[in-house]
Amino acid sequence: MDTKKYVIKQISVFSENRPGRLAAIAHALGEENVNILAFSIAEADGFGVVRALVDHPEKAKKKLVALGFNVAFTDVIAVRMKDKPGGLYEIAKLLGDANINIEYSYAYSGKEGAVLILRVDQVDDAIKKISAFGVQLIESSVFH
Amino acid sequence: MFWDKKIETLSGKDLEALQSKRLKKTINQALKIPFYKKQFERAKIKGLKIKTTADITKIPFTKKQDLREGYPFGFLAVPLKDVVRIHTTSGTTGKPTVVGYTKNDLAAWAGLIARNMRMVGVKEGDVFQNMVNYGMFTGGLGFHYGAELLGVTVVPSATGNTKRQIEMIHDFGVTVIHCTPSYAMHLSEVAEETKADLGSLRIGMFGAEPWSEAMRKALESRLGVTAFDSYGLSELFGPGVAFECPERDGLHIWHDSYLVEIIDPLTGEQLSDGERGELVVTPLVKEAMPLLRYRTGDVTMKFEDGCLCRRGQKIGRITGRSDDMLVIRGINVFPSQIEHVLLKIPEVGNQFMVYVDRVNHLDEMTVEAEINRDYFSGELADLARIQKKVVKELRDALELRTTVKLVEPGSLPRFEGKAKRVIDRRGDAI
Repeated sequence: MDTKKYVIKQISVFSENRPGRLAAIAHALGEENVNILAFSIAEADGFGVVRALVDHPEKAKKKLVALGFNVAFTDVIAVRMKDKPGGLYEIAKLLGDANINIEYSYAYSGKEGAVLILRVDQVDDAIKKISAFGVQLIESSVFH
Repeated sequence: MFWDKKIETLSGKDLEALQSKRLKKTINQALKIPFYKKQFERAKIKGLKIKTTADITKIPFTKKQDLREGYPFGFLAVPLKDVVRIHTTSGTTGKPTVVGYTKNDLAAWAGLIARNMRMVGVKEGDVFQNMVNYGMFTGGLGFHYGAELLGVTVVPSATGNTKRQIEMIHDFGVTVIHCTPSYAMHLSEVAEETKADLGSLRIGMFGAEPWSEAMRKALESRLGVTAFDSYGLSELFGPGVAFECPERDGLHIWHDSYLVEIIDPLTGEQLSDGERGELVVTPLVKEAMPLLRYRTGDVTMKFEDGCLCRRGQKIGRITGRSDDMLVIRGINVFPSQIEHVLLKIPEVGNQFMVYVDRVNHLDEMTVEAEINRDYFSGELADLARIQKKVVKELRDALELRTTVKLVEPGSLPRFEGKAKRVIDRRGDAI
């Protein structure tokens, strides 16, 4: 199975936990005409990582690096959920049954329906297992 | 109350004569050390005749850096077999400063501690709990043997386990305590939380870090003690160099054992009484490790007025340092130590800032370091790992728990000329 087409590039931006940092990132992406499809903020002791799925990850990275931000790409996958009560449960149970460990996750609801973004440790393995369990993965071309 | 009234109140010609005699002996002892031999040759004062203590100004200063370069035993004037104890203080690049004591040194030191404790009113029948580190730090064993010499009941509780400390104060009927002022404040809070009775306490001796008059008032009302300021440094035996008397207006420095100068730290010129400058001390009764004109780095002044208790000239409470050394929870920290640690960790940059605060009456040090671009994986867990690594490396080097904040690359101030990387916000906080 070709797992590559399901691997999505998330941009991860290191940010100090202080007012205005998210605005600075969002402003830069807006200037470059980069659309943010989904994003989340994870925070630790005094700093955090802003994670975003964008339509033009390379352009976004180039711009942010030029502004002095610390940016890295992270491989994530996206699965489709039913946009109704119990939709998340269905997926979460399947992932548990497939023994997929989630490092972190965030979700959005858009024109593709409800989508769960997952960061897992063994991406290829996870894609195979998830497909085998009948869960629909979204191809990266849908985003980028 | 006096321990040795004659010596403690010695003044005028008698004091000068004793100081001159002991200074000559100290210089002879110091010249057994190659460092001083060389220094005398270089300063062309090889055959220096000391007639009065004023002649001392011809002798060059000794700095902490000199002691570090002598690591470990370069400043011993006696064979190691005559050294019965070693203590150390933390150094700037990992190597500590070593201080050694002969049997006579330990006896002289214990005598000074006994003198101070008697001065503040400690007497037979008192129960004394010594709540400081008993290891290489001089505060533990120094006070311990002085208190035993004085003949009080000693509880060598050392540090840690505050609830147990409180329990012992209560159960043993402890009347006198010694610790850092910040720990005393912490103790009083825990006692308050647990509704413990500290009614037996009457005297608190606090030192190893600067503390304010506001802190004194708070400690006295919370602990029910009269609080006294204690000053000392390992290079001059340890605690006991100077101490407040019941007047609690300045510290009596023991002129029979220490020759005191106040200098302008920039020019090295002696300053007059009442002028603030760096304390320079020549210890007069040290055998194992005599020092000449040792620059303490501590800022104080000599008092112009005498004291009601009739003891000798006082110095002011220490108001700061003439160098960049920080005292955090009684531990000496130099910014260069932090720099040294960060240089060894590729995941962070070499720029840093240090913030010192007093949180719940304990010193807290926060170090900000920039994350290195090449080591950012995008994962929060990896950042947390880097943060932990820096905390651990700093703790290993400084023996101090610090908070480490990772900041964005390029976000810390860059300095041209003298860097100001330390922001001490303890100020006059209680």
